[in-house]
Amino acid sequence: MNLLVPAADGDGTFHGPTIDEFFPPVLFFEGTPFEINRIMLVRFVAVIVLLVLFWIGTRKMRVVPGRFQSLVEMGLDFVRVNLAFDLLGKKDGRRFLPLLTTIFFMVLFMNLTGVVPFLNVAGTSVVGTPMLLAAVAYVAFIYAGVKKHPAGFFRNALFPAGVPWPFYVLITPIEFFSTFVLRPVTLVLRLTFNMISGHLLLSLFFGATTFFFFTAPGFFKLLGVGTLAFGFVFTLFEVLVAALQAYIFAILTTVYIQLALAEEH
Amino acid sequence: MDATSVVAAISGNIATVGYGLAAIGPAIGIGIVVGKTIESIARQPELAGRLQVLMWIGIAFTEALALIGIATYFIFVS
Repeated sequence: MNLLVPAADGDGTFHGPTIDEFFPPVLFFEGTPFEINRIMLVRFVAVIVLLVLFWIGTRKMRVVPGRFQSLVEMGLDFVRVNLAFDLLGKKDGRRFLPLLTTIFFMVLFMNLTGVVPFLNVAGTSVVGTPMLLAAVAYVAFIYAGVKKHPAGFFRNALFPAGVPWPFYVLITPIEFFSTFVLRPVTLVLRLTFNMISGHLLLSLFFGATTFFFFTAPGFFKLLGVGTLAFGFVFTLFEVLVAALQAYIFAILTTVYIQLALAEEH
Repeated sequence: MDATSVVAAISGNIATVGYGLAAIGPAIGIGIVVGKTIESIARQPELAGRLQVLMWIGIAFTEALALIGIATYFIFVS
């Protein structure tokens, strides 16, 4: 199996990448609920790399950090200051910091596997991981709201103050739908489909490159240079998207918690 | 054949053009979000950090619509 170019072909016609790439054949434990395929392996690799990096970075902590320790500290500090403390404040920020850090770095590392050679697929490009993380975020913001305003959270969320009461017929279903249905669903969809479309784009470019170079006749081979260049540019773009989606997932979780914690009006 | 009858048949699924249609609105929306952020930063450069955070949140909400457009293709194509 050629991992780099799933769209490579033998019969002289070009086949674009399809959605089937995200359902690769099972490698281990076939038939059990714990089937391991390529994407699951990629997720394991991402988690192991994440654990090892943080273990090395925080093994011998010094007051004056070395080069690697300061890099790890920079990453942790980014979540701590820019997400948690800026949006939630010191007190609540510290409470939710472990959750936000976990979400940010898990999404970041699983996204980045999409551009690592020989892994070539993001761990978040199948709906499982985003769904799990969105469920965690969903529970977290409802927990935060119910803990802060035991009686008022659902009333505030569903019956916003300052509205003439007949309008609640209209507003309450909309608020319910947007707060308790659309929020987790869009968290899942945003992450999953960014990664799916990124992977499809990259495999389209590199698949087209091999097609132009090795099977296309005559002058068409020159087009391969263009697709290769675009593939390279979009690889860089995917690195940006990976970091951005991790940031957005974490910041939206923070914002939802912040909205749940907000004072009653 | 009169003018009201079908003169060309399109085969395949209409869902395949769905993403193109779904991308129009979010594209305009993201343009507005980013453009307004740039305007605001030009007026208040010291607020750049906070405005950028708001910009990313706004983009995330707007962009979700286009991504739902990708999702619907896979729902309706089967």
